[in-house]
Amino acid sequence: MIRRVFHSLFILVGLVVAVFFVTHLLGDPARLMLRPEATEEQVQKLRDSLGLNDPLLVQFGRFMGDFARGDIGDSLWQRVPAMDIVIDRVPATLYLAGVTLALAIPLAILLGVISAIKPRSLADRCVTVFALAGVSTADFWLGLMLILFFAVQLGWLPTSGYGGINYVVLPALALAVRPLGRVSQIVRSAMLDEMNKPYVTTARAKGLHERVVIVTHTLKNAAIPILTMMGDEAASLLNGAVVIETLFGWPGIGILLIQAIEKRDLPLIEATVIVIAILIVTVNLLIDLTYSLIDPRVRYR
Amino acid sequence: MRGLGGVAHSASAPVGVDLEVLSLAMRQRSRQVYVRALLRDKLSLASAVFLIILFLSAIFANIIAPHDPEAGSLMLRNKPPMTEASDGGFPYVLGTDALGHDQLSRLLYGARVSLMVGFASVLISGTIGVLLGLISGYYRGITDDIIMRFVDLQMGFPSLLVALLVLYVLGAGVWRVVLVLAVTRWMVYARVTRSLVLSYREYVFVEAARATGCSDKRILFLHILPNLLSPILVLGTLEVGTMILTEASLSFLGLGIRPPQSSWGLMLAQGRGYITSAWWLVTFPGLVIMLTALTLNLLSTWVRAVTDPVTRWRFLAPKRVASKIAESSVPAPAVGA
Repeated sequence: MIRRVFHSLFILVGLVVAVFFVTHLLGDPARLMLRPEATEEQVQKLRDSLGLNDPLLVQFGRFMGDFARGDIGDSLWQRVPAMDIVIDRVPATLYLAGVTLALAIPLAILLGVISAIKPRSLADRCVTVFALAGVSTADFWLGLMLILFFAVQLGWLPTSGYGGINYVVLPALALAVRPLGRVSQIVRSAMLDEMNKPYVTTARAKGLHERVVIVTHTLKNAAIPILTMMGDEAASLLNGAVVIETLFGWPGIGILLIQAIEKRDLPLIEATVIVIAILIVTVNLLIDLTYSLIDPRVRYR
Repeated sequence: MRGLGGVAHSASAPVGVDLEVLSLAMRQRSRQVYVRALLRDKLSLASAVFLIILFLSAIFANIIAPHDPEAGSLMLRNKPPMTEASDGGFPYVLGTDALGHDQLSRLLYGARVSLMVGFASVLISGTIGVLLGLISGYYRGITDDIIMRFVDLQMGFPSLLVALLVLYVLGAGVWRVVLVLAVTRWMVYARVTRSLVLSYREYVFVEAARATGCSDKRILFLHILPNLLSPILVLGTLEVGTMILTEASLSFLGLGIRPPQSSWGLMLAQGRGYITSAWWLVTFPGLVIMLTALTLNLLSTWVRAVTDPVTRWRFLAPKRVASKIAESSVPAPAVGA
């Protein structure tokens, strides 16, 4: 467990270092913050005030020191600490992600189990094609189609905005289709792996009902490989959230990142990236904790 | 080369001739096997046909496009699909956009950019990833550790965000998008290649090659790499779809392809503002993106099943036999990460 925490910290620090080098080596932060039409003098002035003329290592040390103190600097756009703005936006993203997963995961497990029960049957082929269609759909296009149908044509739901169930349904649906497709295929292959193991034959031989064999024996064991893949899903869910939040005007960290990029607000961009990294690392740690809850073998190690 | 070898063999060793003819026949046979397997699976056949048509129409867009994608008049603004052309020309089958451009023609030209971005970025990221994977899996040790740390680092972070960040720093543009996409996905190939190399390097044929004095380079590229080609091909096909989707997202967010160039994602971004009045502008480009990614996915599943001798029989045995043979140990179709 301690090893895992260190591993997570390594990933976090690695990302922060990567952000520093991307912004400071590939580009010039002063130019990134100013509008493209800024004059050379303005650039120089900003460079001086930000200490960008110091040696790179000095800048790096300062950057890491700020990061360790949790002080990324003020947002250029809103003139308040960038970290505060980002943290304010986290609940909205978690809300959207939570509803999305609540829609996608149970259905994905159901579909995956259905197709694993009888591989290559008609049901399996339908589920597989559906899953492939799910991962092949651009989530923002699905969002556009949902807006077109439910908001524009039928007028049942609002086209965008933040709020209760009415507002969250469309973005969550648009966001759910990719994880649904991917997780159902993961469940399918994990189930197939388990079904060939001797304990399943034993369970059947002692006359257990097939439903019991699948739900309490196989699915429980298949949960471990499924859970392992969920960490990567967290990362890709955030990919989708950036686009979907922008499309639906959902005030989460995804749309904040895009706005920060449009406003050329470097401190805010850095803060957003760091918070996203922290979120992902936390999810991965939680997944590791869940292992020990569902698998006694992990607990003893 | 073949002719020369044939002459030499027929003069001295009849066995050599037999072997050469045999290997030629086998190569031909295996090609026939693939064609036959493709004809047997209707879904894969349909996918292949769709992709071939898409490719040809992208290549020959300047010939088959019914209208100039850049030419439009405001008279033709947001015309619905199947609008007759006023000058008696080809009807606007998929309607026109806010500047009066023919949408079908724009889709055909957009296919050039979207497909080019998809394939070029896969080629670049695949080359980098496979090379690093080969080195990592073959030499192990500290090199392996360092490369795999980078893989972990990038795997754990949303690739779209990395791409957004780098494009923000570098600025938009087709080739920048290709490079950025390549850099965000190399680790997928590195991981797969490494794990395969780890198992292949323990095989006897590698040991034999080493015993006969082959250099590491020769072992890696001539003995191990050929065995990896089909899984990498499967992964690459899958990744083309992922790349096209990511490019669409980037362009939609305004950091990918920029006008005057066009891609399917950019068309969706431009149509978004007219969602209440012109449904065709947000519908068709996304539909084409989905069909392209879906057919690539289906085809990669098929390539995986056919190149694996364990599952290949399913496409070749007569239908009745195939359905009767035990259905255990079915490999799951791959789904893009």
